Amino acid sequence: MTSARDAAGGSTPPLLLLEDITKRFPGVVANDHVTLEVRAGEVHALLGENGAGKTTLVKILYGIHQPDGGRIVLRGRPVRVRSPHDALGLGIGMVPQHFLLIRRHTVAENVSLGLAGTPAFFPTRQVERRLIELGAQYGLAVDPRAPVWSLSISEQQRVEILKALLRGAAILVLDEPTSVLTPQEAQSLFAVLRRMTAEGHAVIFITHKLDEVLAAADRITVLRKGRVVGTLLAAGADRRMLARMMVGRDVEFRLSRIAARGDGEALQVEDVSALSHRGLAALRGVSFTVRRGEIVGVAGVAGNGQSELVEVVTGLRRATGGRVRVLGRDVTNGNARAVLEAGVAHIPEERMRTGIVGTMSVAENLVLRRYRYAPFSRGLLLDPKAITGFAQRMITEYAIATPDARLPAHALSGGNVQRLILARELSGDPALIVAAHPTSGLDISATEQIHSLLLRRREGGAGVLLVSEDLDEVLALSDRIAVMFEGQLMALVPAAEADRERLGLLMTGQRP
Amino acid sequence: MRIGPVELERRPTPSWNWVLTVSALAILLALALAAVIFWSYGVSPLRAYAVIIRGTLLNARALPEIVRNMIPLLLAGVGLVLAFRALFWNIGAEGQILLGATAATWVALFSPVPDGWKLPVMFLAGFIGGAAWGLIPALLRLRFAVNEVISTLMMNYIAVYLVSWLIHGPWKGPEMRGFAFTDAFPEAAQIPVIPGTRIHWLTLLLGIALAIAVAFLLKRTRAGFEIRVQGENADAARYAGIDPARTLLLVMIVAGGAAGLAGVGEVAGIHRRLLDPNQISLGFGYAAIIVAWLARGSPLAVVLTSLFLGIVFASGDVMRVALQMPARVTDVFNGLILFCLIGSERLLYWRVRWAGHP
Repeated sequence: MTSARDAAGGSTPPLLLLEDITKRFPGVVANDHVTLEVRAGEVHALLGENGAGKTTLVKILYGIHQPDGGRIVLRGRPVRVRSPHDALGLGIGMVPQHFLLIRRHTVAENVSLGLAGTPAFFPTRQVERRLIELGAQYGLAVDPRAPVWSLSISEQQRVEILKALLRGAAILVLDEPTSVLTPQEAQSLFAVLRRMTAEGHAVIFITHKLDEVLAAADRITVLRKGRVVGTLLAAGADRRMLARMMVGRDVEFRLSRIAARGDGEALQVEDVSALSHRGLAALRGVSFTVRRGEIVGVAGVAGNGQSELVEVVTGLRRATGGRVRVLGRDVTNGNARAVLEAGVAHIPEERMRTGIVGTMSVAENLVLRRYRYAPFSRGLLLDPKAITGFAQRMITEYAIATPDARLPAHALSGGNVQRLILARELSGDPALIVAAHPTSGLDISATEQIHSLLLRRREGGAGVLLVSEDLDEVLALSDRIAVMFEGQLMALVPAAEADRERLGLLMTGQRP
Repeated sequence: MRIGPVELERRPTPSWNWVLTVSALAILLALALAAVIFWSYGVSPLRAYAVIIRGTLLNARALPEIVRNMIPLLLAGVGLVLAFRALFWNIGAEGQILLGATAATWVALFSPVPDGWKLPVMFLAGFIGGAAWGLIPALLRLRFAVNEVISTLMMNYIAVYLVSWLIHGPWKGPEMRGFAFTDAFPEAAQIPVIPGTRIHWLTLLLGIALAIAVAFLLKRTRAGFEIRVQGENADAARYAGIDPARTLLLVMIVAGGAAGLAGVGEVAGIHRRLLDPNQISLGFGYAAIIVAWLARGSPLAVVLTSLFLGIVFASGDVMRVALQMPARVTDVFNGLILFCLIGSERLLYWRVRWAGHP
């Protein structure tokens, strides 16, 4: 591990220096004397787990938060960044994780919005020309007249980057830019970033994915619990070392897999079609099975029918055609309750919005889907004793960090909410587990715990349908991998025969 | 967030102390705004409040009138708490009260129910009448996604005109010589009162029992669990396999029925006949919204908040008699309180801290 100064090498003043930045939020120090030095012409990765303080740090840089201590030095001069407007004036641009684009407007209109010097009439003429120039210069081609809704996610990301470049950003901050991209799209994003750094821009790139850091960054600063663990050159780094810096201990990458017992089919999906909530065809004749003791991973770029598939299987969305069978029992277009009673656990995609009732207690949330069955209900009445007893057991067994089962569930961190959901869903000894993005946004420890829980259930004979946008997760856990594209299964391949390149192509609808 | 020297921080769950503080501040603000109205009416606000306090809180004879006003507010308020917990914005308690009153009147005057059974059957009929009136908007929402704020409000007008039509037309009392009343209820159809007051204690007990029952329903029963999940997070309710239709219908049966009982109390305990809708309910169905809002989702707290609104209603009488102000001043008062309460709602989720000068 090298210190920031050593890795800096030469004596040229850095383009940007965040010095001794401290930021406190109630009950937590988000940034504790963080120093980050960024040079012109480099891609600087900020690596850390969720809650390590990466986002807080760049929000301070972008003027969204004010630091409680420390200073920002730009080109050797101390500056104050009071707002994003100040930041843009100083040449600091940001591409947020969730894009701030107006879907009905065209690319050029979106870029012109709030741009200084835009004429009142025909405001987009000039911008359209500039967009085409910049697009050619950096390999960011987008049709300036296309409405944003017609663009793919990666094209929308390009628009956000162009927006920042057009405003003269010399330093570009990207917050988890690859979370919505296919591996190929990520590669082309990295190529764009390299072109930008070749032109003398600096890129700050926030991520928690180790492979990306190694592929895209020149230097890496690792944050843990609000502090800088170290800054090092990407060239001399490896996964194991970065993971240890991030988590503070060694991380096991390879999951131990043993043969599972149990046979027969946990889930049969036959020629299922369904509409999205906007009434468009979301699933077009999907067929596959999940055997007991098997994990089937579903890979795909977000929005290709994975969510609808999960909803149809769990009884939350009507199938317009086809059949769904759980353990041989036909549950097609049954409601969520019928599917639940057939023995299906559901770890929902949006755990905060769907998986828990934030205002109700941890104990009540632990029985959210089981309150109506014994022992939690007797006749029409709930049994608070049984509920509390069960909650205590689950809190211990699944290591849910909460001082009291009576506290509202929204007081839990994301990882603990997911532990709560797993405790609830797995306690019923399900025959089929439908897990949608079970580890998205979670830290490494929670992710490890969830992976081992799913594997243990597989060994115990449960079938698992795992939907994830994290290819590494799908590759690590699955026995077979299904790839979805535009509502269809592109392929269903044994995990042993799958690799990232091949899956990546399938995810974009190309058959290798 | 910082506004001048004041620092605001979000908080997910407000503490009870903070809820009480904010509610008290909202009521004080409403009183301050009402002072402007007194002043513009030519009455010194200080004198007005002195008269009101002397006429209500410090007057032993005012207590029965406070309780008399509290009874319908308690019944309708408990029902509204339940509806609001399920996130069904029932603005229709007024109409449900009137339908309860109408159903009870039919039993009292036109049914062959034997005397000994009259009162219980009237309460039952009132409950059913209010519940039926409440179910219509619930069904409209379930079937056609009709916004219940509009439909429940409109159902109030239908109820008002229905009662008006009955008392001017088919049910107009032959003994009433031109007045738009029904005949007086027979003795057996009158709710006994505490002598010398207008407190029909049977209805009061019913209200308190209902508050306890609804609290129990929410806390200890499966149906209550479903109502809470449905109201707090409809997505999670779907995920948990809760049937939203069943939950909503149950809620509106209880909420409409409770308001119906309030209507029974008014016609059988106070007026002893069906009369002009504006006289049956002095806006209790609307004031009950404030009662429920102040109670913050707790059915038991309605006992206190309905008492508070009972005082407001009694002050209205004092203002009318002692200060010669129009009777509708109570509505203005109620409007200001609700306005300030809802306006201060966001404040509950912020912690306000004096941070001094930057």
